[in-house]
Amino acid sequence: MKDNEVPQDKSSFTDLYYAVDKEGNYITKRSSGWKPKKIVLDRSLDMIDERVKDIKQKVMNNEVSPIMYYMELNRMDMSVLAAYFGKWKWRVKKHFKPANFNKLSSKSLKKYADIFNISIDELKDINI
Amino acid sequence: MKIDFKHNQTAHCENGVISNLMTHNGLTISEPLAFGIGSGLFFVYLPFLKVNFAPAVSFRPQPGLIFKRLSKRLGIKIKRQKFKDPKSAKKALDTLLKNNTPVGLQVGVFNLTYFPDDYRFHFNAHNLVVYGKDEDTYLISDPVMEEVTMLSSKELEKVRYAKGVYAPKGQMYYPVHIPKNIKFDKAIVKAIRATCRDMLAPVPIVGVRGMRMVARSIKKWPNKIGTKKTNHYLGQIVRMQEEIGTGGGGFRFIYGAFLQEASDILNNPELKSLSKEITDIGDLWRDFAIDASRLYKNRSLEFDGYNKVSDKLFVIADKEEKFYKKLKKAVA
Repeated sequence: MKDNEVPQDKSSFTDLYYAVDKEGNYITKRSSGWKPKKIVLDRSLDMIDERVKDIKQKVMNNEVSPIMYYMELNRMDMSVLAAYFGKWKWRVKKHFKPANFNKLSSKSLKKYADIFNISIDELKDINI
Repeated sequence: MKIDFKHNQTAHCENGVISNLMTHNGLTISEPLAFGIGSGLFFVYLPFLKVNFAPAVSFRPQPGLIFKRLSKRLGIKIKRQKFKDPKSAKKALDTLLKNNTPVGLQVGVFNLTYFPDDYRFHFNAHNLVVYGKDEDTYLISDPVMEEVTMLSSKELEKVRYAKGVYAPKGQMYYPVHIPKNIKFDKAIVKAIRATCRDMLAPVPIVGVRGMRMVARSIKKWPNKIGTKKTNHYLGQIVRMQEEIGTGGGGFRFIYGAFLQEASDILNNPELKSLSKEITDIGDLWRDFAIDASRLYKNRSLEFDGYNKVSDKLFVIADKEEKFYKKLKKAVA
């Protein structure tokens, strides 16, 4: 890459590129963003948004518990959430069922609320 | 307290922390040199491991390995510590700062408050340097940021104790011994050989063979999993290739800069022309990313576009294979 080709498109992050100057020597140059990179990042975030919306509806229909919703909202998957909760994945998966969620102890609820950085009320009602 | 520490923005966090910490301790080493001596150039495709709902691809070896190889090759001794208890992790860090020692930390990205929201994922092998403390605020030199930044002690604890894959467990590190009169030449030759060995490895998922395996899969994906998923899979490759830290083109340009520096150190003009060659290959990776990202817009069932992208990757693999063979000879 030539130093005058270092892309200066719009993005939320300025990172550093390595490029060659006119004499063929490597230099570093900041880039404000690159369109192809932004496209793939945005699409991947769109996918998360789609899933969040989908799960929100399922929570409203009482098909799954709010824990699944907050997991997606925090860009986690089951293994990340289980690691934060400090229990096996299948234990966390059980809490995705509304019936099991309603039986959770206040201690467990508090733990989940802390993981998601929200209050217990918010954990119980995703519309707050 | 504030340690007189020079923050230098780098492309990649691991090389950046190495470069900044070593320079502080009297060993001037550029990011490309650290990357090259740590044999940072790599490619691996893990179709059976899904990350963010797409097969895992990596353009770098596993986190920490660059630093480990570099220290070994240069005879540098690094002290690394993990802590079960966050309180003792904080205490150990504070003691070092009091003794004027800047400290490297492994952290999770998701709760780094100074990162833009769209870059915050659960990636736990990020690196930064703490170079001071002002009451309850830690002074942070994060090598991928333009300027130094800050984190409260609560925020720092959160990122030091991120959970999941590569959980940092409060890991901190700093050099305790750097030999005097370090000679780079032997380390460079060793490192280049290791890179060629990795990239030409007779393993179907590693190096140029790994690239070919991806290229073959790209041709099959549209029929097998549909264009939507194919685009997502390709998007993941592009993200890994161009994400913060690669310096562009899946680290190929940083490696070009390394070969240029190595050429001067070893007085080997052949490495300079090879630097040019890997730069051209880096440009091909950029073209690959452009074409792959365009496929998102191409919603029609035009499979030809996928074949073209796949062919591009085959060309890159062929060129890289020739490149590593020449590189191996150049330091023989």
